[in-house]
Amino acid sequence: MPNRRIFIDKISQGWMIASLATILLLPVIIGLALYMKANPLLEQQSLSTLLFSSEWLPSQGKFGFWPFIAGSLYVTLLAFIFAAPVCLFAAIHLTQFASKKLIRWMYPVIDILAGLPSVIYGVWGILVIVHFISDILAPFFNTSSSGYSILAGGIVLTVMCIPYMLNMLIEVFNTVPIGLKEASLSLGSSYWESVKHVVVRKSFPGIISAFGLGIAKAFGETIAVMMVVGNQVKVSGNPFDAGYPLPALIANNYGEMLSIPMYDSALMFAAFLLLVIILSINLIFRYLIHKTTRK
Amino acid sequence: MNRRKLIEERFFKLLSSIASYSLIAILAFIIVIIFVKGFHALTFDMVIKAPKGGFYYGGEGGVLNAILGSLYIAGGASIIAIGIGMPAALYINVNLVRHHALQNTIRYFLDALWGIPSIVYGAFGFTLMLYLGMNASLLAGIITVALLITPIMIRTFDEVLCTIPKGLLESSLALGSTNTETAFRVMFKQGFSGFITAILLAFGRGIGDAASVLFTAGYTDLIPVNLDEPAATLPLSIFFQLSSPIPEVRERAFASAAILTLIILVISLTARALSKKYSKSNLQ
Amino acid sequence: MFTDVEMCEKPDVVSTPYGSTSILRIRNLNVFTEDHHILKDINLDIPKNKITVLLGPSGCGKTTLLKCMNKLTDLYQELKVSGNIFIDEDDVLHSNSNIPAIRQKMGLLSQRPYPLPMSIFKNVAYGIKLQGVKNKSLIAETVERNLREVGLWEEVKDRLHSPGASLSIGQQQRLCLARGLAVKPWIILADEPTSALDPISSKIIEDLFRNLKQKYTIILVTHILRQAVRLADHVVFMNFGEIIEQGKPMELFKNPSTKQLKEYLVDGN
Repeated sequence: MPNRRIFIDKISQGWMIASLATILLLPVIIGLALYMKANPLLEQQSLSTLLFSSEWLPSQGKFGFWPFIAGSLYVTLLAFIFAAPVCLFAAIHLTQFASKKLIRWMYPVIDILAGLPSVIYGVWGILVIVHFISDILAPFFNTSSSGYSILAGGIVLTVMCIPYMLNMLIEVFNTVPIGLKEASLSLGSSYWESVKHVVVRKSFPGIISAFGLGIAKAFGETIAVMMVVGNQVKVSGNPFDAGYPLPALIANNYGEMLSIPMYDSALMFAAFLLLVIILSINLIFRYLIHKTTRK
Repeated sequence: MNRRKLIEERFFKLLSSIASYSLIAILAFIIVIIFVKGFHALTFDMVIKAPKGGFYYGGEGGVLNAILGSLYIAGGASIIAIGIGMPAALYINVNLVRHHALQNTIRYFLDALWGIPSIVYGAFGFTLMLYLGMNASLLAGIITVALLITPIMIRTFDEVLCTIPKGLLESSLALGSTNTETAFRVMFKQGFSGFITAILLAFGRGIGDAASVLFTAGYTDLIPVNLDEPAATLPLSIFFQLSSPIPEVRERAFASAAILTLIILVISLTARALSKKYSKSNLQ
Repeated sequence: MFTDVEMCEKPDVVSTPYGSTSILRIRNLNVFTEDHHILKDINLDIPKNKITVLLGPSGCGKTTLLKCMNKLTDLYQELKVSGNIFIDEDDVLHSNSNIPAIRQKMGLLSQRPYPLPMSIFKNVAYGIKLQGVKNKSLIAETVERNLREVGLWEEVKDRLHSPGASLSIGQQQRLCLARGLAVKPWIILADEPTSALDPISSKIIEDLFRNLKQKYTIILVTHILRQAVRLADHVVFMNFGEIIEQGKPMELFKNPSTKQLKEYLVDGN
C-alpha cells in the first residue's frame, strides 16, 4: 500500500480522535472555567448563604441567590405542570391512535416548534400571553397584574418545552413491543386499558426521564422567559407577581459585570450553578432513557 | 365491553387527540401572530439598510446589520462545527464500530451536552474571551455558537450513520479501503442526508440563539467586515428594539421577528426536503 | 490484541489432492466469544483455482471462519481470534499495518449486496482507484471488462452513472462481484451469496462461479446441500465450530464417514 495512503489515514484518524475528545471534554472545561471565575465569591461567602439568603445588594457585596433560584423553580414548576399532561396525551395519541397521515403532518410541526428561536417565543409571549394575563386572567381572579409575571414565564416555557418532551416521549413509547400490547388486548382489555396498563407502565422510567429532561430544559431557558417574567428581585408565591429567574439574572446584568466588585464572580457562579444542576439532571435521566430505549 | 369501559376509552381517546391537535393550533397561533404583527411594519428598508442615526428612537434604517451578523455567526459556527462534528460522528461509526458499549456511552454524553443551556455557553464564551484577551467580536461569537451547536451536529449526523448496515462497512473494508477511506468515501456519502440535516439544524440553532452571543458578539449598528469587529444578531436586535418605549421601534421589533421566523421556517423546510431527496437517491 | 502470537514456522507449500497448490493456509485457528468457543482448532488448506464449499447447519461457525480470512473479525469486539492464516507470505491475522492491501487479495460477496453509495461505474472503479490507478481510459477499460465478466455490461452500459442502489437486487449482487474482481483478487469469499436472490439471479451467480474458477479461487459458504453438490470441487463440512470432514463432494456425500454428516445429509435432503 502506498505510504501516502497510510499517511493520510494516520493524519485523519488523529483529527477524528482530537475532535471527539474536544467535544467530550467540553463540559469539564466549561465547568472548570466557570468555577475558577466564581471562586473569589465562594472563598468569601459560604455556599449556604449564597444559595439561601434573599439579600441581593451587589454594590454592598451581598449576594443572596435565593430570589433567583426560587424564581427559576417557580416558572419551571408551572411550565412542567402545564406541559406534562399535554405531552403525555399527545404522545399517546401519536404513537397509539393517530393515522399515518396525521403523523406525517405532526413531525414537521414538532420540528418547527422545537426549532423556533426563543426570542420568537418571547415576542409571542409579550404579544399574547402578557396581555391575556393583565386584561383577562388577573381581573378574573380579582387581582391586578402588569402581565409580566411568573405565570407568563411559565406559559411561554410550557410551549417551548412541549416539542422537546414530546419528542422523547414518542421515542420511549415506540420502543414498547407490539407483542405486549397484543397480549393485553387478547386478554380482553380495551385499547385504552392496554395503553394505560401496559404501554404507560412499561415505559414508566422513560416517561419520568422525559419529564426530568423537560424540567432541565425549562430551568435553563433564558431569553424568552426574561422577556415576559418581569425581572424584579423578590420572593413571592403569587404567580401574577413578577419574578427573576437565574438565567435572566445572568443575561440582564452582564453589562455591569466588570464595574461592581465581585459581580462577575457572582454571575459566573450563577452560570456554574445552572451548569451543575442541568448537567446532573441530564446525566441522570439520559441514563434512564438510554437504558430503556437502546435495547 | 361494559359501558364504563367504553366511556373511559372514548373520553381518553378524545382527550389525547385534543392534546395532539392542540400542538398544530399552537404552532399556527404563534406563526400567525408573528406574521400578522410583523408584516404590518415590514418595509423593504428593513432588510436592505443598516440602522441610521436615531434608529432606536424611531429614525431611519433597517436591521440588515443584524441579519448579516446572524448569518455570519451561524455560518462561521457551522463551518467550525462541521470541522469538529463530521469527523467525530464518522469516528464513532467507523473506528468504534466494534466497541458497542463505548459508542453508547459517547452518545449518552453527547445527549447530555445537548441539554446545557445556551446562557452557560455564553458565560463560558465570555470567560474564554477574557482569558484569550479578545474583545466581544464576530470571532468570539462564532466560537461560542460553534461550541453550542457541535453536539447537535454530531448527534444528528450520527443518528443517520448508525442506521447504515454493517455489511456496507465490511464491503468497503474488504475492497482494501483504510478506515479513513471507508469513513469519508463510503459512510459519509451513505449518510449524506443526515449530514445535510445536521448542518441545517445546527445552522438554524445558530441563527436563532441569543443567550450565547449576548456576551460574546457585542452589538453594533455597523455591518461587520472583519472577524475582530463586533456584530449584531437578529435575536438580540429584536430584544433591544422591544425594550424601547417608542411604539415605532417596537413595531420594527415585530417586523424583525417575522424576518427571523421566516428564515427559520425556510431552513427547517429545506432540511426536510433535502434530507428526503438524498435519502431517496442513496438508499433504496 | 493477540497475546498468543505463536509465529509457527511457515508451513511448506502443501500440495492438495487436486494437483494444485494451496493458496490459503489456516493453522490452529480458534475464535472465542465471552462464553462460547466458536471455532475450534481449525486447520485448513484452500486449493487454488477450485471452489471450496464450507457447508454446515446455521450457527456452525462457517461465516465466522470466512470473516477471519480477511480479518473482518476486527469489527466485532466480542470475537477473540488466535492462530494463523497465511496467504502468500503474509499472516492475515498478525499484520495490522498492511491489512487493506491483504484484503484486496480477497473479494467479498456478502449475503445481501451492499452497493457503495456511488454510481455503478464508480462502484467498480473504487478499488482500483484506491490502488492508485489514475489513468482514466485504463479505469474505464477495467470497469467494462469486469462488468462484462459478470454479464452485467449489456444491462447497465447506458446508465453507468446512475446509483448502484438503483439496480435490481440480483444485478446489485453481480455489481458487487464485479467490484470485487476489479482489484484482481486471488480469492473470492462468498457468504451465502444467493440467499437474498431470486432463482434466476441465483443461477446466474452459480454459472459465473463455474467460469470464474479458471482464474480465481472461490470459497463459498452455504447451508444449501444441493448448491454444494452443484458447485463444489472440495467440500468442508463443519458443525459446532469444528471441521468434521472434508474431501471431494462425490466421495464425501456417497460415503460420509461420520455420523454427523450422515444425519445432515438425510435432513438436508
